[in-house]
Amino acid sequence: MLDQKWIDMIADEVARQLRAQGKVILPEPSDRPDFGSGVAITEDIASAESKAKTLLTNPQDAEALARMKKRTTARIGVGRTGCRLNTQTMLTLRADHAKAQDSVFTDVDPRLIERLHLMSVQTQCDCKDTYITRPDLGRKLNDEAVELLKTNCAKNPDVQIYASDGLSSTAIEANLERILPALTEGLQAKGLSVGTPFYLRFGRVGAEDHVAEILGAKVVCVLIGERPGLATAESMSAYIVCDAHVGIPESKRTVVSNIHKNGLSAVEAGAYITEVIAEILRQKKSGVDLVK
Amino acid sequence: MSTIISVGIDIGTSTTQVIFSRITMDNTAGYFTAPRISIVAKDVFFRSEVYFTPLKTMALIDGDAVRDIVAEEFRKAGIRPSDVDTGAVIITGESARKENAALVLEKLSDFAGEFVVSTAGPDLESIIAGKGSGAYQYSIDNDCAVINLDVGGGTTNIVSFYAGEVTGKGCFDIGGRLIRLDRDGTVRSISPAAQRIIEEQKLPLRVGERATDEQLLRLTDRMAELLAEALGLKEESTLLHKIQTPNSSWLGQTHTASRICFSGGVADCMEQSRAGTADFLRFGDIGLYLGRSIRTNPLLAAARQVPAHETIRATVVGAGTYTTSLSGSTISYSDGIFPVKNVPALKLSYQEQQEFLDKGGESLYQKCRWFLEQNDTENLLLAMPGKLDPTYAEIKHMAKCIVDAMMRALPPEAPVIVVVEQDIAKALGNAMKQEAGNQRRVAAIDSIKIDVNDFVDIGRPLMDGLVVPVVVKTLLFG
Repeated sequence: MLDQKWIDMIADEVARQLRAQGKVILPEPSDRPDFGSGVAITEDIASAESKAKTLLTNPQDAEALARMKKRTTARIGVGRTGCRLNTQTMLTLRADHAKAQDSVFTDVDPRLIERLHLMSVQTQCDCKDTYITRPDLGRKLNDEAVELLKTNCAKNPDVQIYASDGLSSTAIEANLERILPALTEGLQAKGLSVGTPFYLRFGRVGAEDHVAEILGAKVVCVLIGERPGLATAESMSAYIVCDAHVGIPESKRTVVSNIHKNGLSAVEAGAYITEVIAEILRQKKSGVDLVK
Repeated sequence: MSTIISVGIDIGTSTTQVIFSRITMDNTAGYFTAPRISIVAKDVFFRSEVYFTPLKTMALIDGDAVRDIVAEEFRKAGIRPSDVDTGAVIITGESARKENAALVLEKLSDFAGEFVVSTAGPDLESIIAGKGSGAYQYSIDNDCAVINLDVGGGTTNIVSFYAGEVTGKGCFDIGGRLIRLDRDGTVRSISPAAQRIIEEQKLPLRVGERATDEQLLRLTDRMAELLAEALGLKEESTLLHKIQTPNSSWLGQTHTASRICFSGGVADCMEQSRAGTADFLRFGDIGLYLGRSIRTNPLLAAARQVPAHETIRATVVGAGTYTTSLSGSTISYSDGIFPVKNVPALKLSYQEQQEFLDKGGESLYQKCRWFLEQNDTENLLLAMPGKLDPTYAEIKHMAKCIVDAMMRALPPEAPVIVVVEQDIAKALGNAMKQEAGNQRRVAAIDSIKIDVNDFVDIGRPLMDGLVVPVVVKTLLFG
């Protein structure tokens, strides 16, 4: 088995060779940070700037490649070694995957919930593991949540808006603060009554049907984190349903997806969803029944 | 899906043409996202004959005769003026004078529906011709640089595209009708630009005297050489600067002229001139001579030639199909605010935008006042970059500054219109509506790029009000 001494020697040798090739800037051993690996972080290879760079050494048409890279988040122009990815590409993939996993498994920062004066309630899931393995429980609020909603939320509003972590807490952290006031004020400006917003932890989209039954809202709109991919973990969606009840077909939901800074920006989404909700209330239909 | 009819009318130095096209738009976004309306098809369904532009004098257009041509072509196409939704009348080349423009605007006002515009200016013509010829699309499809030379009667309009971006534009007084001749070769007229070339070459060409093939070819060979100079294929001579069309940009260093597309009437002459000089005088000008000279110029011939979809009709097709663009599909506007026409744009840089956001509406108000005075106008719209992923508070602040400044700077009836580059117009427009209340009509539209000194037309909303058609013009006749 390798002991720490061997690992340090290997790391030092790799660092020395990389430094000699000028490929990465590594600190001299004297100012080595205390990660134990001997390699300091000089660049976030999962960042957009880093991904924008081409990793090919001699592209035939660098400008054309740069243009192509601008049009896609796919990992093109990354080169290869034999039939394998290069180390940096591999690491970037792993980093993006880790980010995606983090966005699923972390909780939304409680300070954000507090700052927005949202009441925080929970589904029948007791932890992330239950949430992942038992989708049925993620569609039902727990008894405490039902009580809290009944006591603290306005009844029978035209529109009930709430936020939920879904599969990406990161998405809620990135977008909620921008979209919520835009949506609330926009709907009120149209003369609609907006229910008391809250935050639902461990929530699936279907939980909005339960919410509709508890509060008697005509329309429910949940702002929920989307299953993250390797391109962005910040994508949020709004699922809007009219006259919902537990067991309503999925086809009755209207969805506005791809809400994030490089997709539909949160404030613009807020303005757009305001109109979608107003139209749903006018037609008293949502999902595939809604005439666009 | 929705279709609009666009008209293109091009009144050039030598020819006048009309085309009609159908522009089809559709929602190209997926079902689960906000709409994105795009132009999905452009179909030129009627092309008029190519008329010689009726002239009263060498420089003055015969307005009534132009009107008759246009009226006849509308009739032939089966189109009523009220059917036309958008398009452009452009007056090009040497005809592009103020007197002519005023005349044409007056005579064609019945046909120029409420959204048809008059644009001109040699740079814009170059771009329009390059789009109409197909060079623009070629540069996108092949991801490469293409230079389009639209060699017309009075001018050669040059534009270079690189993968759909304009990388250079310019215009020179080189064309097929700079000298007019009788069937027997007697010179009837010589344009000032042609005179300069004649003097440089010391050619014995004079009005009223017979010209020989050899003299005319020496003249047009030099013209072709000047084009090669303009493209950077040869060292510039001082003459090149003297024949630059007034008010045009200097083409400058563009991408290497490895692919060239020729359009304009002389592009047809390049092929026709293969038959030999036997009947070169049949058009009563030097078009065929110039066509031959361009075709045989070794520097120009060395470049790869991109076939033009439109030659003599490139400008009119470009005008009829490429001048209209669509706004973003999430926008916000007060009822009945559009159409607006010929609104000058006050363009703010990112720094200037930041300045008014930091300092508040007053600094923007000052800027608006200054702009209105400088341009001697009563109206303006604000064009600015906007912000990527702004907060709601930032949007509200931006709206407040804009409404406050523009309501004070503009006359009471004028609407407050903002064009932002970032996709934030619906949020911004809604906030502006709240800010202005019932006092003023407001609009915010996005995804349109406007430059300094541009004028903007915004048409009636299309596709159930999701989008508005926009025409951005770089120069306006007085």
